[in-house]
This record gives sequence, C-alpha cells and structure tokens, in this order.
Amino acid sequence: MSKEKKMTTTITREEFMSPGHLACQGCGASLAMRLALKGLGQRTIVCIPACCWAVIDGPFPYSSLDVPIYHCAFETAASSASGVKAGLEILGDNETAVLAWAGDGGTYDIGLQALSGAAERNDDIIYACYDNEAYMNTGIQRSSATPFGAWTTTTPVKHYKKERKKDIIGIMAAHGIPYIATASVAYPEDMVKKFKKAREIRGTRFILIFAPCPAGWKSRPEDTIKLARLAVQTGYFPLIEIEKGEKWTLNLKLKERKPIAEYLKLQGRFRHLSEEEIAAIQQEVDERWAKTLQKCSL
Amino acid sequence: MSRKKEARKIIFESEKEMPPVPMSLGSMLHNRTGAWRNIKPVIDLSKCIKCGICWKFCPDASIDIVDEWPQINYDYCKGCGLCAEECPQKCITMVEEEK
Repeated sequence: MSKEKKMTTTITREEFMSPGHLACQGCGASLAMRLALKGLGQRTIVCIPACCWAVIDGPFPYSSLDVPIYHCAFETAASSASGVKAGLEILGDNETAVLAWAGDGGTYDIGLQALSGAAERNDDIIYACYDNEAYMNTGIQRSSATPFGAWTTTTPVKHYKKERKKDIIGIMAAHGIPYIATASVAYPEDMVKKFKKAREIRGTRFILIFAPCPAGWKSRPEDTIKLARLAVQTGYFPLIEIEKGEKWTLNLKLKERKPIAEYLKLQGRFRHLSEEEIAAIQQEVDERWAKTLQKCSL
Repeated sequence: MSRKKEARKIIFESEKEMPPVPMSLGSMLHNRTGAWRNIKPVIDLSKCIKCGICWKFCPDASIDIVDEWPQINYDYCKGCGLCAEECPQKCITMVEEEK
C-alpha cells in the first residue's frame, strides 16, 4: 500500500456534528443528522421538536452541533421553522437554510397539522423526518409510523400492532410541494446528494430518512446499516424522489428484491410473528412496491 | 472542524452569570462517551485499503482521518461495532475492553 494514496471519501470531510453526543450505540438518527448537515453545510438553522434529537444534542448549556439549534414544542417543528425563515427574510438573509428535524412521532402524528400548513403555504423550509417507527425517546410507544406486526411497549406481543404504517410520502405528494425524497442511512452518498439538491430548491421540501433504532427495534447495534440496507433491498423502503408532486423517480432500481423475512428476523420486535403473518407482510410490501413502480412509470 | 472547539465544562458561579434564556455556550466534547464502551474496535492498518467506509458510517463521528489513515478516537467511540461489521476487508476487530 503506497503511503501517498488518499483515503477515499465520497462525501465531504467537513463535520458539523461533534462526538460526545448522547445517542445510544449504533444510533441511526445521529448518523442521519451527521449526513444531513454534510449536505446542507454551515449556513443552516435547525429546529428540533421533542424527539430523540432533543436529547442527543445535549443538555443546557451545551450543544453537539456546529450550527444553531432552536428547540421547539412537539407539534411545532414546521411552524417554528417557517417563523425562523420569515425572521431571516426580514433581516435580508435568503441564503441560510432552515431545517425542521423531527422524529416520526412529531411528523406522522403530532406535527402533521403544522407540516400540512407549512406545505400548503409553501414556506421555504426543509422538513426532514427521521423515521425510527415508534416514539423511541419516551420509551418505544406505538406511533402511526410503526409497521404491522411490530412489538412496542403499548402494543405488547399478545396485542401487537394490527394496523399498517401511514403513507406519509403519499400525504406529502398530495400537497404538491416542490421536492419530496426518501433517504436511508445505508446510502450516504444518495442522502448527502438529496440534501444538497433540496438546498437549491425554493419552497417546502420534505425528506423522509430511514433511521434504524437498535434500542427500540431490539436489534444489535452493529446491524444498523445492515437493516437500513435490507429495508431498501427488500422494497420495504424504496429510495424515491418526487418533484412538484407529480414526477416520481426511483433512485435505486432493484432487479431482484430480497424476501422481507431477512429484514424481519434481525429484529426482536418481530420475533413473535408466525409464517402466515410474515407472508402477509411480504404481500403488503409487494403491493406497495408495485404501486411505487407504477407511479415512477416503470 | 468540530474538534477545534474546546472540550470544556461550563460552570456558573452565580445566577447572574447565566444567560437570560437557555442557550448553548459550549460543545458536548467534554462528555467523553468512550466510557460507555465494553468492546473496542482495533484497526489492522496493514490490511486497510482506505475505502473510508468506517469513517462514513460512524454515528459518533469518532473515526478521524489522520494522514489519510483512519484513526479511532477512543475518547468518544461508544463501541457499537458498526465499523467492524461494515469493513469490506474485515480489518477491524472488536476486542474486550480491559478494566
């Protein structure tokens, strides 16, 4: 190995997140923030409602990000970001990007009306939701992002969740906002590229990030990336972009999808599922995948 | 960039020193999360191909690039094992922490 060879870095080396933060081992959300800020750069203001990141960031008077953070109430991520953006515009600053960074509880359930309002007004914000499929910060309670069959503390094994996951991408696409994308922590280049692209666009931009949670999913911390990758490869979480609510693009075309059982068996929260239930999940994933392909006109 | 910040604890002597609203005055670098670790990653640099994958996937940003080689910052590494799992050369091994 020659000494002169440079280390391959496909994403920017600049770091905007410092170590020492309070995330669990193998946290998908902290990796998601690190990659998102690599895409957005220094001139960013982050609005964080109650979610894991409200804790990960650190207690007063410390912060683990090198960009300003505004901690807001649970339901107000989008409206706070709109307000911060309006303030910046009055000051004549059109350059700084405002990022609302909420978990799935603050997006799918509690913050949905604020998000819908901001999308309707087409406020110039980037709304990123890191989806770990339950209220992980408060102790793994069921949210409307929790998938069918999953164990949580409010849907115990005997009464596991019987409802399917809410289609937030469909909801946001119906608003006709300029840019919607899904990203996964297992594909950092794709994710950084999407945040860079979102920064250049004006209007409400929505990015859904798949962020595995070892503590809540009862998976091994070292499997975080493997799970995120399997979610994409099984077709459970397709990587897509939607422009102006109409033009759908599939970023990662799969010739052959892996069976969903491979993804489920790595997680303790799905351990109780029988063969029939796994087959039912597989069928649901197949249906959703077919719909996605249809929308991307493939 | 982040490492240029001070890893300093902030202690207020009196209430008057405190800012009027809760705001961040320093970075979390004083919080040495390396103490959370039971197993630690060790890189065998002779097998390393400098692909940058360990650096890219570290959720704690605790793998530095020093002279174009990956170097683990044991002050902050929480020992999740992601780097060892994702390394294509399998040159990172997780070893038991000595107590």
